[in-house]
Order: sequence, then structure tokens, then C-alpha cells
Amino acid sequence: MLHIVNKSHTERNALSSCLRLAQDGQALLLVEDGVLAATAAAAAASGIAAATRRLKVYALQGDVAARGMTGRLADGVTLVDYAGFVDLVVEHPNNQSWL
Amino acid sequence: MKKFMFVNRKAPYGTIYALESLEVVLIAATFDQDVSLVFLDDGVYELIKGQDTQGIGIKNHSKTYRALEGYDVEKLYVERESMAARGLTEDDLLVDVKVLGSAEMAALMAEQDVVLSF
Repeated sequence: MLHIVNKSHTERNALSSCLRLAQDGQALLLVEDGVLAATAAAAAASGIAAATRRLKVYALQGDVAARGMTGRLADGVTLVDYAGFVDLVVEHPNNQSWL
Repeated sequence: MKKFMFVNRKAPYGTIYALESLEVVLIAATFDQDVSLVFLDDGVYELIKGQDTQGIGIKNHSKTYRALEGYDVEKLYVERESMAARGLTEDDLLVDVKVLGSAEMAALMAEQDVVLSF
């Protein structure tokens, strides 16, 4: 299963609900304001630092760059471009967008 | 002249609030009002250095913060607690700001004629 989160972790509970319900080994793609949770500065507080040890965590490159966070992501977070986004959707049997 | 405060609490690009705030700030400045901008909560992300929006096809409005000085908008305040909660420091910001603690920020808000929320 692929989980997709597009909201800031400090503004909404979408990410915390996702992390609570995601099973080990599943994939999480952070997009739009969701990428802020994957910055090295925020990863401990957002839960992403812990999540990288049990989920495959991805962040959408364009959204990371737009927010000035290129090169500032936490360890264990993989950048993907739009083609990579499509690949993730295709690779997983289903996906959940945590709006 | 009235004191106008713009309270920015949203991260950029995920919603339109950050850009809309800037537009109204520039309008207020045109009318020679006493304008101040406050960045609280996720609003501090609006001021992060090195924003590059080419990949998402949205205009990079962060450069506008650096141009505000030309419109005599020079009062930019960031809440210390909001930065700390996000692991950010003044060095991460693209403009000079004054960093205030919550109590100082509350006092500044209380003395405004108009507070506009974004």
C-alpha cells in the first residue's frame, strides 16, 4: 500500500493518523506541504525520523525545492520526481490519500 | 495613519494564503499605512531561503519579501517559539526579521488598529 500525505504535520493531523495506521514495510509519499515533515530539522517532531526505520518514505522533488528544502531532508527519505510518483502508484496495489 | 498587522500562519504553495497576504500588504503600503507582518506557526516557512518553484509551475513569490523595504514595509516579526518548534533559526530566513517571544508578540498584536489574518 502507498500512503500519500499533502498536509503540513504542524497544521493538520493527516500525517499522524497515517503513521498510526501504516503497516511496516508500506510506502509513504510526502507531497505539497507534506514534505515539510521530512526536513532534517522537523523529522524527529513529525515522526518521519522514526517512520524511515519501518516504512519506505519518499518526498516529491518539486515540492521540496519550492519550499527551499533541497539538501535539507532527513536521512532515509528518498526524493522522487513526477515520473517516480507514477511509478509508485503503479507498483502498489492500492493507495490512500490522507487529505 | 492606522496600524495594520498581517498575521501569516500558513506554509507557502500548499495554499494560496501566503501569496494573497503579500498582495494585500502591497496594497496597504500603497495607502501609506503603518504595516507590519507577523510570521507564526507554519507561516515561518514562507521566509525560508532558497525556494525554487520551477518544478511545480507556481510563481516563486518569496523574492517579494526582500522587495518590501522598497515599499517602506520594514516591520517583519517572527515568533521565536514557532521557529524553535520547526527546528529553524534566523539563518534559515531570506530577510532580516525581528524575532519576538510569544508575550512580546501578543503585546504587539494588542496595539494594532487592524489585524488581518492569513
